[in-house]
Amino acid sequence: MRWTCAAQRTDTVLKVENLSVSFVTRMGTTQAVDDISFTVETGKITAIIGESGSGKSVACYSLLGLIPQPPGRIDGGRALFHGQDLLQLKPAELRKIRGRDIAMIFQDPMTCLNPYMTVGKQLMEPLLYHKNVSVAQARTRALELLEEVGIRDPASTIDNYPHQFSGGMRQRVMIAMALINEPELLIADEPTTALDVTIQAQILKLLAELQTKRDIGVLFISHDLAVVADIADQIVVMQQGRIVETGNRDDIFRNAKHPYTQKLLHAIPRGGKPVELPASEPLVTVRNLCTWFHSGKTPVKAVDDVSFDILRGEVLGLVGESGSGKSTIGRSLLRLVKVTSGKVHFDGIDVTALQGRELKNLRRRMQFIFQDPFASLNPRRTVYDTLAEPLLLHGLETRATVGAHVLKLMDDVGLARAFVRKYPHEFSGGQRQRIAIGRALATRPEFVVADEPVSALDVTIQAQILELMRELGREYGLTMLFISHDLSVVRQLADRIIVLNRGSVVEQARTEDLFERPQQAYTQQLLQSIPGRGLFGEL
Amino acid sequence: MWRFIGFRVLQSIPVLLVVITVTFFLVRIAPGGPFSSEKAVIPEVKAALEAKYRLNLPMFEQYTAYLGDLAQGDLGPSFKYPGRTVNELIAAGFPVTAELGFYALLVAISIGGIAGVIAALRPNTAQDYIPMSVAMIGICVPSLLMGPILILVFGIYLEWLPVSGWGDMPGDKILPAITLGSTYAAYIARLSRAGMLEVMSQDYIRTARAKGLPEWRVVTGHALRGGMIPVVAFLGPAFAGLLSGSFVVETIFQIPGLGRFYVQAAFNRDYTMILGATVFLATLIVVFNLLSDILAAWMNPRLRSQYGDR
Repeated sequence: MRWTCAAQRTDTVLKVENLSVSFVTRMGTTQAVDDISFTVETGKITAIIGESGSGKSVACYSLLGLIPQPPGRIDGGRALFHGQDLLQLKPAELRKIRGRDIAMIFQDPMTCLNPYMTVGKQLMEPLLYHKNVSVAQARTRALELLEEVGIRDPASTIDNYPHQFSGGMRQRVMIAMALINEPELLIADEPTTALDVTIQAQILKLLAELQTKRDIGVLFISHDLAVVADIADQIVVMQQGRIVETGNRDDIFRNAKHPYTQKLLHAIPRGGKPVELPASEPLVTVRNLCTWFHSGKTPVKAVDDVSFDILRGEVLGLVGESGSGKSTIGRSLLRLVKVTSGKVHFDGIDVTALQGRELKNLRRRMQFIFQDPFASLNPRRTVYDTLAEPLLLHGLETRATVGAHVLKLMDDVGLARAFVRKYPHEFSGGQRQRIAIGRALATRPEFVVADEPVSALDVTIQAQILELMRELGREYGLTMLFISHDLSVVRQLADRIIVLNRGSVVEQARTEDLFERPQQAYTQQLLQSIPGRGLFGEL
Repeated sequence: MWRFIGFRVLQSIPVLLVVITVTFFLVRIAPGGPFSSEKAVIPEVKAALEAKYRLNLPMFEQYTAYLGDLAQGDLGPSFKYPGRTVNELIAAGFPVTAELGFYALLVAISIGGIAGVIAALRPNTAQDYIPMSVAMIGICVPSLLMGPILILVFGIYLEWLPVSGWGDMPGDKILPAITLGSTYAAYIARLSRAGMLEVMSQDYIRTARAKGLPEWRVVTGHALRGGMIPVVAFLGPAFAGLLSGSFVVETIFQIPGLGRFYVQAAFNRDYTMILGATVFLATLIVVFNLLSDILAAWMNPRLRSQYGDR
């Protein structure tokens, strides 16, 4: 074995040796997983860490025969589960193990539950299929488990459909479903990545509790070292299909040897930016802003009586969970949604009263960066088209002169000039977000609203984009409203932070003060949910 | 849900009104009339006839009078079949057409649905290409051609099935149903393939597989419902299309359905019959579209609760 085992003697539930998986397509063969070995012990959590494309998910899916073959192909290796080599089993034999002895939890609870089937039916299904129990027995068991994973009043919600549950609740249902046959091994593929930070903390806690109580082995896949910092026993770091480092939790966090592991550690957001609070007048003032949406009888008060200022040159962080109204505030400032009441002034101009041409002129000075760089770029337009459009639209450049400006923008956001004729699908997520930032900066705006600009990105890419935004902010003299659900991300960029909950301001403070002396219980709860929080104390 | 239905019913009123108005004036603009024939008619007789059928009134008054009758459910007397009303003619022909359309729809759903699902299970293999090519042929071959081919093969060479009539001989309903349903079977095959492919790539299908369910249970238990929603939404327009498009098949197989009356009426300038049949079919189209939309929405729990029946 290449790593030091945990101190006490343990039983190995899964032992993977020299697993190699490749994908064979017309474009050629891609080695997705290259000769990896790891073990999962009973009662322990082994975490596999790597960025998208590192092969971590493929490795785990291939163990259970869940990658499509072809194009997938298992080239070699063994995966011993109770002395049985999973890779040699026939599909029918593997099916008996799947969902009974080895269960899985997936990333996105929004899409992983069947929207056409009640939660109860889906929950009972593995039990009814694998074990000889009656429907009534299965239902009793399902209710017990729902209770155990923290679903309130399971008896009245068990016959609901998934869309009637929140994201966190759905993930609890997924966990219950995975545990219903009392498996010996649980494979959790990024189980918290799609969740808000407070929900993430709850789910991680729940997983750790259930795992300890049942004494089962867990294989936890994540792109984020911070997430597994508090729960993992063993950590396996993967890069481009290979394992670059394996060790127990303390080894990895204290003495990471491989440069890639060090890079991942470095990318964990920590600390804030040096405070340089500009003593300037407000550029944006928001007074008693209300934005309500009307559907059904009672209006949804997305933003309810919110007031704040954004000073010229500062980065104001807006933090809250999904549904807190943070995105709606951003959109309201730019008049992308209709404001119900209240005033927004930008540089002395009443934004809420503007019409037509005046609004267009103002939009040149205020720009928006969206969360999802996949959805917010037009797939039929090249980078050149995307970046040139705002320049031409606002008459800042002519067709003849726009080229040079576009290339300058490419330089600014760190994209090679050679890519200028490429289409969005040819870029990675990080590169696309660079394009989106370039588009926002094209008109040399004074004010930018960045709505979760890094939450769709891998951790290391996240760090790069934040760095880029910091540099460009300084260079362009930007005032920024930075919206995120993740306090540790906001901390790196924001001078001041506003915490939102259910459409109202909970707390408003300088970044440093907020982290060191949070005044409100809700803020404290958010701070405690930051993954890997314990880590910073230790390091 | 009731609000949704009520809204859709209100929406259909202007649609029907436009259909009635356009048809009403188009048939009158067309050259010729119900009583113009090669045989010379005494002017007095013609005038009496025209007075009886209100053809002597200004066109706009004819229109408002027709609308008034229509509001009471009266489609007027037939011009060509004296002594019989359009209501009676439709009542006689429609059950036959509806029965034919129903069988054709059964053929379309069973053949098309099964072919589409089978194709979607192994996309881009022979299992996909063969049924889909057959479906493409089904779309391309009009019933005008399909009918005679089926008659030749099954009626004349093999002598398995009767080639005309409706309910006179056992099995005489099979060939018309297949002829009429084949085009729609092809559309449904393509729709269900696309729907199933979409669903089979969803994350929850992977969840179902991870539970260890065998593939057939993954397909029938988890994929089918979502995959069939586009097909259900298509059923309404399809059934309406079957009804209004049945005249070719009715002509080929000598079936006394509404379709034949309809075509005859157009040739005869039987104004009230044309209008009556058009209004009737347009209403059916609207109703079936509404029904299939309701059914498709009801099959999707998210939409169901959105329309507030929970």
